[in-house]
Amino acid sequence: MTSVLEPEVAVVGAGPAGMAAALAAAEGGADVLLIDREHRLGGQLVKQTHKFFGSSDQEAGIRGIHIAERLGERIRQHAAIRIWLGTTVIAYYPDGVLLAEKAGHGLVKAKPRCLVVATGAAERHLAFAGNDLPGVYGAGAVQTLMNVHGVLPGQRALMVGAGNIGLIVSYQLLQAGVQVVEVIEAAEEIGGYAVHAAKIRRAGVPIRTRHSVLKVEGDSCVEQAVVARLDEGWKPIPGTERVLQVDLVCLAVGLTPLTEILWQAGCRMVWVPELGGHVPVRSETLETTVPGVWVAGDAAGVEEASTAMIEGELAGLAAAHRLRPLKEFDERCRQLRQALAELRAGPLAAKVRRGLARLEGGTC
Amino acid sequence: MLRKTGVPTDDLLRQVTPSEERLRRGPVAIFECFERIPCDPCQHACPTGAVQPFEDLNDLPRVDHQLCTGCGRCIQACPGLAVFVVQEDLDECSALVGLPYEYCPLPAPGDVVTLLDRQGRAVGQGRIKKVVRPGNRGETPVVWVIVPRGLAMTVRHIRPEGENRGADQPTGGHHLPV
Repeated sequence: MTSVLEPEVAVVGAGPAGMAAALAAAEGGADVLLIDREHRLGGQLVKQTHKFFGSSDQEAGIRGIHIAERLGERIRQHAAIRIWLGTTVIAYYPDGVLLAEKAGHGLVKAKPRCLVVATGAAERHLAFAGNDLPGVYGAGAVQTLMNVHGVLPGQRALMVGAGNIGLIVSYQLLQAGVQVVEVIEAAEEIGGYAVHAAKIRRAGVPIRTRHSVLKVEGDSCVEQAVVARLDEGWKPIPGTERVLQVDLVCLAVGLTPLTEILWQAGCRMVWVPELGGHVPVRSETLETTVPGVWVAGDAAGVEEASTAMIEGELAGLAAAHRLRPLKEFDERCRQLRQALAELRAGPLAAKVRRGLARLEGGTC
Repeated sequence: MLRKTGVPTDDLLRQVTPSEERLRRGPVAIFECFERIPCDPCQHACPTGAVQPFEDLNDLPRVDHQLCTGCGRCIQACPGLAVFVVQEDLDECSALVGLPYEYCPLPAPGDVVTLLDRQGRAVGQGRIKKVVRPGNRGETPVVWVIVPRGLAMTVRHIRPEGENRGADQPTGGHHLPV
């Protein structure tokens, strides 16, 4: 076992929130350890080939993969940031030690004075007959195969879920030359942005709301899927079943925050369905109920990458301020919170606003 | 309906369609952006100030069609790929549509393509006039396609001849006079 590294700030997760947190903490004068289980910086950003919404003052109009490159470049050039890639944090002990498994190095340890948890979210699965057949994928896996490894996941796809991820990954499938036979959505309306839906509609892909997948069939891999319309009570309507000839069923049915480290740290967790599941109670600067432990990004509640980056900056800044009080800290926090409020002001962020209001009001 | 189908209704389209007089006067941008989402790159991309300054990041773009020259910079910038430029009377029998196109390979000038409407239905054939490739900021390529006159407000996507990536669709419709 190697010695224990003692950075001032450790950031777990190098996606949009973690990268922004590491930069903000380092620029605030802290020495930072940034940890990610993948072998490259960027988290899910590296799979995002579409241009981001948001404010032109931040990164709007830039493709996610380019945001990852920009932030990664700044991080690598910052002398105060040490990076552990290929490193999976597996435990956080009461004495403040993070235990991790580092590729090629075995177990490694770090004991930071401040911890920012930016672990992101995990995809939800869906229960139906045949959901274990090869060819049934989560949307994230499809993006990894296509956009990271350049591997086509299939030829004819059924997308389950019309939130932003389902719509965007459908578009990416089309761009990769895959035929998207249909996008189905159990809810009454499309969950994602209408502009994302319009892109795939004009490419000829139907979107059917109030539909779900009943089962997937095939000998050794997906050969067909059976879908049906749902009634008001979300039950399949007999007689509406249709068989779709597909070799790929892609599930985009939501995300849930990855919070194991926060549970281990003893943070007070509450169930907020609007934010994707259990999330930590936190202060205005995203500090959890355990002093010295912050949260940012999807781990704090499932949202967009644009909000994750601002949350990361806020948490990283607050950690640096804890170590060495920063001038204009209050003003910068106010600006960041204002930017978050703006990004969350639209009608499609109503659910997130409801969840955050419940969290802040203590009505969970 | 937009939130159920992903296709804007005629009512919504009427709200963003320039006046007859303006349409006759030359190329003009159509912003098919109907939802308040936090997004403003179009306003910053517009070189003539036709896209009015945003009061709130979630505002819908307000466009002064009289100031718009139809340059298409907003097509390159829009993250939602929701802006199109139309020129209804390119000549006696054809119109011009500028549309965002993020598929490889990009078509080349002179290529004949299948024209698709907002639901991906083939509505005729067109010919590529010009292709604006992405710059170093990852802008969306813009394809300028010559379409039969009368289809400028219908055509919103193209498909290379012989390809069919979406659901199975009937072909047919108008053909471009050669």
